[in-house]
Amino acid sequence: MIHFVVHDENDSVGVVVVEGVKSGQELTGWIMDQDKEIKVPAKNDIPIGHKLAIRELKANETVVKYSVDIGRAVAAIKVGEHAHVHNIKTKRW
Amino acid sequence: MSIDLKSASFHGYKRENGRIGVRNHVLVLPVDDLSNAACEAVANNIKGTLAIPHPYGRLQFGADLELHFKTLIGTGSNPNVAAVVVIGIEDGWAKEIADGIAKTGKPVTFFGIEGHGDMETIRRGSKAAKDYMHWASELRREERPLKDLWVSTKCGESDTTSGIGANPCVGNAFDKLYVHGVTLVFGETTELTGGEQLVAARCRTPEVRDKFMFMFNRYQEVIDRHKTSDLMDSQPTKGNIAGGLTTIEEKALGNIQKIGKKCVVDGVLDKAEVPSGSGLWFMDSSSAAAEMVTLCAASGYTVHFFPTGQGNVIGNPILPVIKLCANPRTVRLMPEHIDVDVSGITRKEINMDQAGDKLLEMMFRTANGRLTAAEALGHREFVLTRLYESA
Repeated sequence: MIHFVVHDENDSVGVVVVEGVKSGQELTGWIMDQDKEIKVPAKNDIPIGHKLAIRELKANETVVKYSVDIGRAVAAIKVGEHAHVHNIKTKRW
Repeated sequence: MSIDLKSASFHGYKRENGRIGVRNHVLVLPVDDLSNAACEAVANNIKGTLAIPHPYGRLQFGADLELHFKTLIGTGSNPNVAAVVVIGIEDGWAKEIADGIAKTGKPVTFFGIEGHGDMETIRRGSKAAKDYMHWASELRREERPLKDLWVSTKCGESDTTSGIGANPCVGNAFDKLYVHGVTLVFGETTELTGGEQLVAARCRTPEVRDKFMFMFNRYQEVIDRHKTSDLMDSQPTKGNIAGGLTTIEEKALGNIQKIGKKCVVDGVLDKAEVPSGSGLWFMDSSSAAAEMVTLCAASGYTVHFFPTGQGNVIGNPILPVIKLCANPRTVRLMPEHIDVDVSGITRKEINMDQAGDKLLEMMFRTANGRLTAAEALGHREFVLTRLYESA
């Protein structure tokens, strides 16, 4: 069963695509572009559609999705943690 | 693939100017806010006609007035419209809009309310609308090749599943339609922010690229001039954020999945401008759903692909809006709004090629007359883009 989807293997985040993901749950991810699977344990409850970090991010580090810059981490984010507006901000506007 | 697009056809209404419509509306079109009541009364009198009320059209000037006229004339000229009754408070602007629509050769007439009052205008407008309705109701669909279809796209209430499933599904369909000479359009200028270089790289010529970047930068200046924050309540919207989208860059990269992997941006249109040939066009436009879809209708597009994540319910009075969704929760909670369920993509039940075919199959069914969810539910959002204050 696929719990989260990653666009590209260079990405730093994946997207949860099932409902009810709980902290501590072992998640299976599908990397679409390379058609690979990875396993990441969830460190938070994560709603469907929300992101989790699949690699360690330091504060101010660029967050990559679709193999492209989507903003910067404003706090350190550990693998498996919920990654959203509380720890990522736009570089535009 | 399951559909042979090379020989594919649909059944549409051939209009006087050669364009093909997939709907057969008799429109009752107000020039201004003051004329909405008379238009709605005419549409109530004559069954099957359609009034499209809106709040503008008084004391506009300059480029804003030009866009108002262009949008109303374009809407009346759209091949999904058989005939038009135009009503305005004054004769002058009503005539200007009717004259613009008349260039297509379709039946159109106008009425001014001043000097007559609503009731006399409604009587005269109803008589014209009834004659048009009898005539239009006897028009018959004929078989037409795929290339006669004009297809627009814009996404709304997007979430991360839009970028994973619904938007690339539109992209897959666009790639397939492009090679068969279909006229396509995308837009949402600010919603390309963070992905604008990717769009620029897809432009056919340096001239097209320069024009695209000019439009993109022009809109960025509007944002810079008026913004009071990083737009975190507007772009992304609260709904986008609830759905997991974090930044405008992430939203933009999901958005541009709609132009597929292969098709090239052949030209750039200003708001409500009619494209001069087939291919993929970029139209400078707001990213607000109803505004953008209204502009697509005014540019002459006849079928619309609308991917949603969190469940935008939008429709348009004359342009059938086909909704597709890859979020299994939205498909479960709001099924009456979704025409094409592509949530199987994230479960690996269908691949993108199959999802694209599923959308194309619904496109043909819609073109042939199937009502979209938005049409069946009565969604007729007609929203005019304003450039600045009235005088």
